[in-house]
Amino acid sequence: MLEVRNLKAKVGDKEILKGIDLAVHAGEVHAIMGPNGSGKSTLAQILAGRDVYEVTEGEVVFEGRNLLEMSPEERATAGVFLAFQYPVEIPGVSNMYFLRAALNTLRKARGLEELDAMDFMQLVNEKRKLLGIDDAMLTRSVNEGFSGGEKKRNEIFQMAVLEPKLCILDETDSGLDIDALKAVAAGVNAMRSPERAMIIVTHYQRLLNYIVPDFVHVMYQGRIVLSGDKELALKLEEHGYAWLDEALERGELVAV
Amino acid sequence: MAASVKEAQDLWLDAFLEAEQRWRDTEPARLRKLRAEAWDRFRSLGFPTTKHEEWKYTNVAPLARTAFRTAEPAEPAAGVLPDSAVARLVFVNGRFEERLSSASWPAGVRAGSLRDLSLRAVVEERLGCYARFDQHPFVALNTALFEDGAVVEIARGAVVEQPLWIIHLAVPSGQPSACHPRVLVAAGEQSQASVIELYLSAGQGIFFTNAVTELAAAQDAIIEHYRIQQEALSAYHVATVQYHQGRGASILSHNVAFGAGLARNDVNSVLDGEGAECILNGLYVAGGEQLVDNHTALDHAQPHTSSREFYKGVLDGKATGVFNGKIMVRPGAQKTDAIQSNKNLLLSPEASINTKPQLEIYADDVRCTHGATVGQLDEEAIFYFRTRGIPRDTARELLTFAFAADVLGRMKVEPVREQLERELFRRLRPSGNRGEGA
Ligand SMILES: Nc1ncnc2c1ncn2[C@@H]1O[C@H](COP(=O)(O)OP(=O)(O)OP(=O)(O)O)[C@@H](O)[C@H]1O
Ligand SMILES: [Mg+2]
Repeated sequence: MLEVRNLKAKVGDKEILKGIDLAVHAGEVHAIMGPNGSGKSTLAQILAGRDVYEVTEGEVVFEGRNLLEMSPEERATAGVFLAFQYPVEIPGVSNMYFLRAALNTLRKARGLEELDAMDFMQLVNEKRKLLGIDDAMLTRSVNEGFSGGEKKRNEIFQMAVLEPKLCILDETDSGLDIDALKAVAAGVNAMRSPERAMIIVTHYQRLLNYIVPDFVHVMYQGRIVLSGDKELALKLEEHGYAWLDEALERGELVAV
Repeated sequence: MAASVKEAQDLWLDAFLEAEQRWRDTEPARLRKLRAEAWDRFRSLGFPTTKHEEWKYTNVAPLARTAFRTAEPAEPAAGVLPDSAVARLVFVNGRFEERLSSASWPAGVRAGSLRDLSLRAVVEERLGCYARFDQHPFVALNTALFEDGAVVEIARGAVVEQPLWIIHLAVPSGQPSACHPRVLVAAGEQSQASVIELYLSAGQGIFFTNAVTELAAAQDAIIEHYRIQQEALSAYHVATVQYHQGRGASILSHNVAFGAGLARNDVNSVLDGEGAECILNGLYVAGGEQLVDNHTALDHAQPHTSSREFYKGVLDGKATGVFNGKIMVRPGAQKTDAIQSNKNLLLSPEASINTKPQLEIYADDVRCTHGATVGQLDEEAIFYFRTRGIPRDTARELLTFAFAADVLGRMKVEPVREQLERELFRRLRPSGNRGEGA
């Protein structure tokens, strides 16, 4: 589904991604872990089409198409979804209005009929229960004045309504209490399917107890330095990232 | 069309002599005197230049150079009147259109042309008592030259549900034409009403609308007043709204400026009784080469008065905006509570805004705050929309609309608010004719 090859990117003079390779197939869940500033969000944002990052080398192919040549909205239409680490507040635009506009734009672009207010409400009511989205959150402005946890739940709620093919979750777990974490995990797990793939960026094993990944990658200074299965996440949890530094120094790890 | 300033001035003199002659026998003596004084004042003031502090950013030289003649009577264009305007007075090129206006009015309301003999008493007593022309050449010019206008009298204690509309339609012709609409609203004690002034135009051609509105709210009256200006880009639109508020009177003022190549609005209120409250709510949207200038002045003349001001502007293309918000607290007007805010959104790098608060405070126990912002659309927010599939242009429209929407949200007459929301959306469409009048 997604093939990232030797992806390098910078902001200004600062090189952030130094050659990322990653292959994600339909049905798979990939976790990306790594210390602060290692480039995880940069990768996620580039996949979604954020243009403040300049791609200097490499390619990204999504379902046979050159993703890097597509606008963010084209990527969304093609099925890419990013749950933001820091969801943006949009005063004056109600959450419901925003979501319906998004869904209907996507449906139209995909050749489907737009949903009227009734059908849309039905869909919303179906999806929101799992995530504990209440009426007030629907009518308030997008993310405005939402708590950290509400913002994250709202991201996953949008994802559930928009039904993308590739879900990229950037630290959706941080700032969540255990109940919210369970709600988010339930929402995500409900969406797991053989046609859908997920990339989950996280610092903590905690979320991966609920959303069990097929692969775990460790990102470090702009590279994926280690890949493994879910055991790798446990190992990181136990030893911390300092262990990575030492392992790299000892030459035990090489960029994949 | 461009004449020398001298030639243009001669035409204003002709217009004055004509008006003076025409109304010599029918106008009350006080008004005749007022006309003559106003003309003298206009002559000595002349049109302002950018050397005047009040006109620093608004150059009216092109207007002053234009040879305007008094607008001729014209046929109103079909279909320009909003359906929701049921109780209405309609003026075309400044002349009262009886056929298009309501014959009957809600209980407690008397309304009509200021030439209407049954309204003569209120006109004679109050017209010109609020809008001062000694420092304002355009008010002086209006007072010297007005042909006709609207009078609305709301009886003491009357609670009027139905909005009262005053619609001014300009129908320009081949040569530059001028019109000086005049409005007088007198709201009695404890009355409640909404008055909607709408300025429209139909057709092509240069024209000049120079309007003056006086609205007096007596003790404990609650008045909502709208001024909606959607004239064509070929218009010069200069207007003064002067409110006068008695004890406990409350005014909610909406000032929407969408049209005209050059638009200048002065919205002023004198809070002349304890407990008076004034909310000034404003929205200006301009593109292309439009210039839109809003000057507001709140005169807290008595203790325990409060004002809230919310003005927002959206400027695109090479448009220029001006905002000047004056708050005056008179000596002894203790416990004045005034909050002013002016927020601007610049959609293009060539658009600009000059915004300035002007506080003159002569009492010590008061709260006066002001704030102004100038910003662009948030690129992060646009990106967020796009990652959800919403294209860039739509995202910009929605964000711009959201920026402006809270101003419209303060409007209580629903059909007006809804119509303005649609109009705003239409103007924000990049594909649409943004900045077009009417
Ligand atoms: N727009 C930007 N301008 C300048 N520097 C940036 C920008 N975005 C990211 N960086 C820098 O790039 C590096 C990687 O940032 P990124 O946000 O991708 O890290 P991360 O792995 O997501 O970190 P965290 O775990 O703290 O979220 C950091 O040093 C960061 O400061
Ligand atoms: Mg990050």
